[in-house]
Amino acid sequence: MSDTPETPRDDGASAATAAEPSFPPEARARLDEIKSRYPEGTKAALIPALHIAQEVWGGWLPEEAIRAVSNELGIPTPEVYGVVSFYDLFHQKPVGRHRLRVCTNLPCQLRGAEEIMEVLRDELGVAEDEVTPDGRCSFTHFECLGSCDTAPMMMLDDRYEENLTPERVREILKELE
Amino acid sequence: MATFEPVLSRNVGHPEVREVAGYKKRGGYAGLAKALTMEPDEVIEAVKASGLRGRGGAGFPCGLKWSFIPKQSDKPKYIVCNADESEPGTFKDRLLMEQDPHQLIEGCAIAGWAVGAETTYIYIRGEYTYAADVLEAAIRDAYDAGVLGSSVMGKGFRHDMYVHRGAGAYICGEETGLLESLEGKRGQPRVKPPFPAVIGAFGAPTVINNVETLCCVPHIIERGAEWFKGIGTDERNTGPKLYAISGHVARPGTYEHPIGVPFSELLDSAGGMLGGAELKAFIPGGASAAILGPKHRDLPLDFDQVAKAGSMLGSAAVMVMDESVCLVRATMRLSKFFNHESCGQCTPCREGTNWMELLLRRLESGGGSTADIRVLGEICEMIAGNSLCALGDAAAGPVRSLVANFTDEIEKHIEHGGCPYEHRRYFSPST
Repeated sequence: MSDTPETPRDDGASAATAAEPSFPPEARARLDEIKSRYPEGTKAALIPALHIAQEVWGGWLPEEAIRAVSNELGIPTPEVYGVVSFYDLFHQKPVGRHRLRVCTNLPCQLRGAEEIMEVLRDELGVAEDEVTPDGRCSFTHFECLGSCDTAPMMMLDDRYEENLTPERVREILKELE
Repeated sequence: MATFEPVLSRNVGHPEVREVAGYKKRGGYAGLAKALTMEPDEVIEAVKASGLRGRGGAGFPCGLKWSFIPKQSDKPKYIVCNADESEPGTFKDRLLMEQDPHQLIEGCAIAGWAVGAETTYIYIRGEYTYAADVLEAAIRDAYDAGVLGSSVMGKGFRHDMYVHRGAGAYICGEETGLLESLEGKRGQPRVKPPFPAVIGAFGAPTVINNVETLCCVPHIIERGAEWFKGIGTDERNTGPKLYAISGHVARPGTYEHPIGVPFSELLDSAGGMLGGAELKAFIPGGASAAILGPKHRDLPLDFDQVAKAGSMLGSAAVMVMDESVCLVRATMRLSKFFNHESCGQCTPCREGTNWMELLLRRLESGGGSTADIRVLGEICEMIAGNSLCALGDAAAGPVRSLVANFTDEIEKHIEHGGCPYEHRRYFSPST
């Protein structure tokens, strides 16, 4: 270190830009509990950590979130990216405040999933995987969600919306903030 | 045969069973209590004698799998419950976890006692957030009630249990893909051997069983192997079975029958065909299984008889299609699924699934030729058996049956210069 004055440690603004990103305290507490479930020295907490990060960073994983996970677990960022890109529930591009995942696999398609996709396209006025200009919604087609007895269906954020009809989809969209 | 009383789904519609007290009131944890009075080897022998075969798709004998776990190990052993349920058409495990979580916890704990494992990880697909919440609450309750933890039911056997959420990848239902994912990696299947019984989770001996398989275990211990063997078609196909039926039926849902129920009887329990339409085809065991036609209407749905008919029971996800369905389009959708879900490790699977989807898409949109029939068949032969895991074979399943059993359906597309069906409710080529 040179003897020239350093930026004081308590300078919030520069600390935020200089410091490596990390988890907020509540998220870290959750992660610490999760880490205790697995043998020491393993990377098993990575996918749970990415789920938490995605909640903290608004439904997707910007570079800052990836670096935070990397720092929390001591796993290099390329390795974190490698895992993120493998799984459909992790997003590397911005998503809407509400995420609609429509099951379009065979059992749902037999019961009208394609019409549900069309209704979303028309009502939201954006293409699949795009975010509405107000940031409210994004939608995508998805592989089987294990709810074929209530087809057609979709996942709205973390919950299942089942036995859909075009009318019901329009109602659901109206209720979204 | 006497009237069949549901076993696995007997607690459905009794929400009190989500708590230990309510579950016990309906007879729960009697199997675990009994198991803890038996020697671990006796438990394994009972499961072996019951003839229980894995309910996840492969149908491997459960007791035999347990017996592969080394008695002596300098590493801790693990039970991993495969709750990844991602085979298209399958939703039976979700019902078991949401409606009767302690039945699964009990099965996992008995498995732990039998092989000497102190920890269970329940690997649940990331989309099943509600089932994961129900399970976590039930596990907490089980700890509070002394069913789990440092001394299971006061017998001095330690067992811990954790729910581990996946993040959306079909291949993580393959047992070594699942282990990779559990360890925080891309879910790419491992080279076998070594098998998980020797080197599984975290390099330690591991039993991996499907949810429904583990849910059978408490009943086998409590009521005996002979009782379990008395249900089903023969000694290779024993016990109660959940069938998830979907598509063009009046009441899609999960129905419990003795294993080997004829398709026609299952269809009746689901209220028959939707709107009284004609049956055109059905898939008896999830997206990986060959498509069968109406001549198999009375086929008993057990492992061996479905295999003899050229398909497979798989996860017993039965998808029913009426006469309005274009089978080229239906198969195309399944091929799109396998193309998306291939992990990319093995060239035949990665490239072959893509070509299958492209060829079917071309047939559907009008550019197909008779040569495509031969090429599709060749691709199936090139994929099947040439990949590390079963995904390649699975991808070939429906395509092979389309080519072999429904050639006229493809020929109609070639003659017509595209799809001859109207698709009011179905697919657009983009999905």
